[in-house]
Amino acid sequence: MTDAVQPTSGLSLDRVAFSRAGRVIIDGVDVTLPRGAFGALVGPNGAGKSTLLHLIASIERAASGGIVFDGAALPTMPRRERARTVAVAEQQSDTELDLSVVDVVMLGRTPHLGAFASASATDAAVVRDALAAVGAAGLAARRFHTLSGGERQRVTLARALAQQPSLLLADEPTNHLDIRSQLSALSLLAELARGGLTVLAALHDLGHAAAYADHVIVLAEGRVVAAGDPATVLTPELVLDVYGVRAAVLRHPLTGRPLLAFAEGSPAAAETSPTLDLESSL
Amino acid sequence: MTKAGMTTVQQAREAEVVKTSRSLPAAVWAVILSVLLAASIVVAVTIGPAGLTAGDVWASILAHLGFGDPTLSPLRDGIVWQLRMPRVLTAAAVGAGLALAGAIMQAVTRNPLADPYLLGLSSGASVGAVIVLVLGVSIALPFAAFAGALVALGFTLVLAGAAGRITPTRTVLAGLAVSSVFGAVTSLIIFWSATGDSYREILNWLLGSLAGAEWPAVAISVGALLLVGGPLLASARTLDAFAFGDASAAALGVNVDRTRWLLLGGTALLTGAMVSVSGSIGFIGLVLPHAVRLLTGPGHRALLPLSALAGAIFLIWADTAARTLFDPRELPVGIITALVGGPVFAVLILRSRRIS
Repeated sequence: MTDAVQPTSGLSLDRVAFSRAGRVIIDGVDVTLPRGAFGALVGPNGAGKSTLLHLIASIERAASGGIVFDGAALPTMPRRERARTVAVAEQQSDTELDLSVVDVVMLGRTPHLGAFASASATDAAVVRDALAAVGAAGLAARRFHTLSGGERQRVTLARALAQQPSLLLADEPTNHLDIRSQLSALSLLAELARGGLTVLAALHDLGHAAAYADHVIVLAEGRVVAAGDPATVLTPELVLDVYGVRAAVLRHPLTGRPLLAFAEGSPAAAETSPTLDLESSL
Repeated sequence: MTKAGMTTVQQAREAEVVKTSRSLPAAVWAVILSVLLAASIVVAVTIGPAGLTAGDVWASILAHLGFGDPTLSPLRDGIVWQLRMPRVLTAAAVGAGLALAGAIMQAVTRNPLADPYLLGLSSGASVGAVIVLVLGVSIALPFAAFAGALVALGFTLVLAGAAGRITPTRTVLAGLAVSSVFGAVTSLIIFWSATGDSYREILNWLLGSLAGAEWPAVAISVGALLLVGGPLLASARTLDAFAFGDASAAALGVNVDRTRWLLLGGTALLTGAMVSVSGSIGFIGLVLPHAVRLLTGPGHRALLPLSALAGAIFLIWADTAARTLFDPRELPVGIITALVGGPVFAVLILRSRRIS
């Protein structure tokens, strides 16, 4: 275990385990995600995706295992320093308070500000840049609770970016979004990764993972069942094995990336049918 | 702060938005409320029989602080300095402390209906205080009240969480159950000890009264406000981080569990100290923070100090009304605060139903 080469940059999880109420949720997970990569965490409902993100951000404490980012152990890092290193864009972020969009994004400056310090011009600039980065500069003066789902998602992402993290964790960043907003959220994450930010997003849609991620990690029942680049990981066999549905993996005619098509069916019937033939799959 | 020489007009405009238009009004409100508080203290002392003027009050204050010679007759000076001033100052400190406790509880529990009175802390503090008074060890009064508040808070939270997730509604219902029981215990203890006018004394503890407030009460309430309330103000930015819930606060670098228990413990201590000198005065912790949010928004760096100032002013006038409306008879001041607070509570319930 210790003789494995630990990458000094990027995210590295080593045999991370976690139980809740006596039930094993995360069962010895190893993950390696290079710095600046866009990783997609996929898997069926209840596979432990959100929990794993919470463990990486130390929102919940792993029972055992190592969580290292850029050579530093995240669980033992001082809280404020950790919050300047890792940011989390939660799935459904809502508040009862009547906050403006700027107020919300300014919350991302919390780990950079002292108890009595006022937000400085620098903080204001970071907030402005974060909103601009997610294409939400025009929302600055709006009240958060008046925003649409897609707008909220962007602002939540901007709040995470205002923490100026090196590692961004996003939990279902496309949830409740229309297709256009889904794609723009995903391309934004991919763009942030190209800019040097390490991104790990829990995604429901395998197609999204295939189309946007550099690295796919498949989680099932708290274990990593496959990890690697999308083309090698997302095979019909894996989809059948993990999700119990038939899938055909094609090549996207526009991007050349893997394109998945699904069909329901009993695993028994499916065993013979995985095929790359477009007509019979549809 | 304004070193951006090459800022474009566009950026400057956005920076203005980013600074939020609220930061200035909050400072202005602080000045306005501070002036109002000082004026309220002086004016409230003049109100009542004896026909005192604000000048008399100033003269008495200055004389007692060692500036200038006493110009008032001993009787009138006694009314100012021994009777009314301690009562008004106690009202101010209790109002400030309860409003501050309410604002913090609302943030920590993410429950807009949280209030030391509604969640049973005040009733618990009353039980603690009454037990100590019956036993005759009044030196322990604020601490016993603190212990009572803590026990009541514990009961409320356990009861609210027993059936699963703690929701605002369940918390308020649990608080109702706890405060009913603790209120009954307070009444039983007073009735059983039967010294003097039990009914009046029971009313004073259940509804709150500042009738007996003398300088020791000032020392307890102002002392608790400074020693406990002061440090609690430092939690403002942390409380802001709770806006999107515990996980989000943790992701922003907040030690959620430690913060929650420290702050709830702090509010219990503050509530205990205040209840030990005033009985359980209701709704201040509910009404004032919500009123201040309307003025300055939900940011806690403005909300906490302004709620305290507004609570102080509010309770000074509620108590002035309590002692003068039916002069020479006194109303328990909690009747006044409930008359104002009950409807506000109702509005909050209606509004929270619309939200959910």
